[in-house]
Amino acid sequence: MEETLIEEGESNREGGEVSPALIAVHPLEKSLAVSIGSELRVFDLIEDCSISLVDDSGGPLHSDSIRAICFGANGKLFASAGDDKLVKVWTTNPWRCISTVIAEKRVSAVAISHDGLFVSFADKFGVVWVTGTDGDHEAKEKASPLFGHYCSIITSLEFSPDGRFIVSADRDFKIRVTVFPKNPFSGAHEIQSFCLGHTEFVSCLSFVCTQEHPQGFLLSGSGDSTVRLWDVRSGSLLDTCEVGSEAGLSECDGKEENVCPAITDICTSADGSIVAVGIQSLHGVVLLSCDLSARTLSVIKLVSMGGTFVPTSLDMSSSAERLWMVTGASNLPALDCPSFTRLRVISGLKKCGSDSSDYEPAVVEDNEIPGGMKLIEKLQGSGSNAKEEDLLAVAEAVKAAMRNQLIKRQYSVEKRELRKKRRNDRKIKI
Amino acid sequence: MSLVYNRVDHGRENIQTLIFYLNNALFFVCNFILQDFTTLHYDLLISKLLTMSENKKVKTKANNSNGLPRKRFYRARAHSNPLSDSHFPVPIAPSQVDYSIHYPYYYHPDTTIDDNEVTSNDSTLIPCKTRSKKIQFADIGCGFGGLLISLSTLFPETLMIGMEIRDKVTEYVKERILALREANPGQYQNASVVRTNSMKYIPNYFEKGQLSKMFFLFPDPHFKEKNHRRRVISPHLLDEYAYTLEVGGIIYTITDVEELGEWMKDCLEDHPLFEAISEEEFATDPVVKLLSSATEEGQKVARNGGQTFTAVYRRISPIETELGIHEV
Ligand SMILES: C[S@@+](CC[C@H](N)C(=O)[O-])C[C@H]1O[C@@H](n2cnc3c(N)ncnc32)[C@H](O)[C@@H]1O
Repeated sequence: MEETLIEEGESNREGGEVSPALIAVHPLEKSLAVSIGSELRVFDLIEDCSISLVDDSGGPLHSDSIRAICFGANGKLFASAGDDKLVKVWTTNPWRCISTVIAEKRVSAVAISHDGLFVSFADKFGVVWVTGTDGDHEAKEKASPLFGHYCSIITSLEFSPDGRFIVSADRDFKIRVTVFPKNPFSGAHEIQSFCLGHTEFVSCLSFVCTQEHPQGFLLSGSGDSTVRLWDVRSGSLLDTCEVGSEAGLSECDGKEENVCPAITDICTSADGSIVAVGIQSLHGVVLLSCDLSARTLSVIKLVSMGGTFVPTSLDMSSSAERLWMVTGASNLPALDCPSFTRLRVISGLKKCGSDSSDYEPAVVEDNEIPGGMKLIEKLQGSGSNAKEEDLLAVAEAVKAAMRNQLIKRQYSVEKRELRKKRRNDRKIKI
Repeated sequence: MSLVYNRVDHGRENIQTLIFYLNNALFFVCNFILQDFTTLHYDLLISKLLTMSENKKVKTKANNSNGLPRKRFYRARAHSNPLSDSHFPVPIAPSQVDYSIHYPYYYHPDTTIDDNEVTSNDSTLIPCKTRSKKIQFADIGCGFGGLLISLSTLFPETLMIGMEIRDKVTEYVKERILALREANPGQYQNASVVRTNSMKYIPNYFEKGQLSKMFFLFPDPHFKEKNHRRRVISPHLLDEYAYTLEVGGIIYTITDVEELGEWMKDCLEDHPLFEAISEEEFATDPVVKLLSSATEEGQKVARNGGQTFTAVYRRISPIETELGIHEV
């Protein structure tokens, strides 16, 4: 009876999976964090120096790939979590770790509530947990279950701008909107809506809000190459942007071998004027504008990086002066250097969002980046003077890793029959 | 069952009755086998059923030259997910569940009217009911479908669906309903079945507050502690059931495994969106009586004189103080 219930979360782990480099920008651009493998690198843009992280929590350090990093809304808190089942919460002024929660399973997503009181994280079995940042030591090191997506990998977690909802996305094409309760420690039981429409795994989420629409709308990116706009209160799909085909990438034809490029990351400016989207196979980013009154999404520009650079993660500060991007991965199989990170910056985004279209967003030279070469050295780490081939290898490895993890295995009819036969044989012998 | 057999005794000597009879004979055999197997041998029973239903299919298909739209039931749905690792199609959203496949009496598919004369005759005979009708009852893990069959005539105007993960069992229930529809024109049109994993895909089938009743009859017990998360009633899954049920809607559970009965009751009792129905309501609700008698598993337990444990709860609206807006 059990075999029919395929529990994806349980799939065995092959040691050292390729995991992408991640970037997070302090909302006021005070600091910048990059994670690669188990390493967390932070640069202080105000003091113009790199930061060596201090851990007062007494907990262990990250020992396996970090899968999620984020700043809280006001930048006071930061969280990191990953395959080592650790969720570490940091203060950013000064930078030190204030608590380490040991999760039961590997952690795939993390988010900080806007009031900074709670950190929520999701594990590979689809359970979302919550822990407090306040209170005595004990309460901070413990997590209680908030809700669950039955046996699915949760890929992204976000709080709505008004703090009413927590939104979770999974590999089963689902986005769930849950009312975030006053006392989350007894669970979040009230589901506001499901946002259903993606035809592949949902990879990333981001809220977009403007002065006229402070409650915000949700943007989601998916393995189906689209970015979609949702009203989270009703779960209704407002618009779909076929980013893959708009960017001229291979059509999503639904064939097994020819999987369409997945959206890897979305970030939005605080004023809602601009949305940056990373997509597999594109050496650059796609910029979208989102008209919340008309409830539409449209492509405004494709910014090419002029070389090999497929970002694995993007972020911007609330001023949206610059778009920060990294590409890279750890545990790379066939490279001289097993982990690799490259950082790039695009400036002039904001003006591009407004009507004065004569201003072009431009890729910033390394030495022109705030923090300059010092920042580059810190965040890229050693061995970053990579060749073009290496960058290509990174893009391919990350793409393959994402596919393996999130795209559902398709068995041929024969294979399925064989599996079934084996099952019955075994049953009868027992 | 008795109702069903009375109809057979009328002895209408046509093909439809024959098909119907074959189906019921098969069902009867299954039922008989069931007596000798515990829940743990369910698998073996199913492999028997598999062989039998395959033999039977040859007959029914050969006999089926009357143009009834049987093939529609086997057609893959348009909005399926091609890359699913589960090998059954999953609708992307409730709006994409094709009601015309399940309830052709209520939803005439405009494109299949041209099938042949019989069909077009039928469509003039049968009034086209409101197209906005939605499924309101769901029998989760419906097994051989006994409950659906009973509910179908008890609530003739309510659309209902069984959700079952095993394909052969689902096929069997489909055949059973079809045969009943054929033998009893105008009846059993409101019942259908779908093969799916209810633990994952309920939100793909039903909108918020769409259902008025959900049934969990004799679910698999999953005794081991580490397998409790496979139980079809759990604190997290109840959140989804609460979402799917309208306020005032009712969830019915029954089991012959005491430990599981306690577990289901505790989960429901502890959930802020459910409350136990009153004793009077429990005594007067006609559906409560069906829980232990309508399904194959229930009949087996009854024959063996087994005890049953029932929990019936109502979906209530959230209490503001508990689930209110979180102040920022
Ligand atoms: C013990 S039987 C009871 C069947 C029926 N309710 C009865 O009372 O006769 C449990 C049924 O639930 C089905 N089932 C188990 N897990 C399921 C799931 N996740 N989704 C749908 N059906 C499931 C099994 O295949 C089995 O037919």
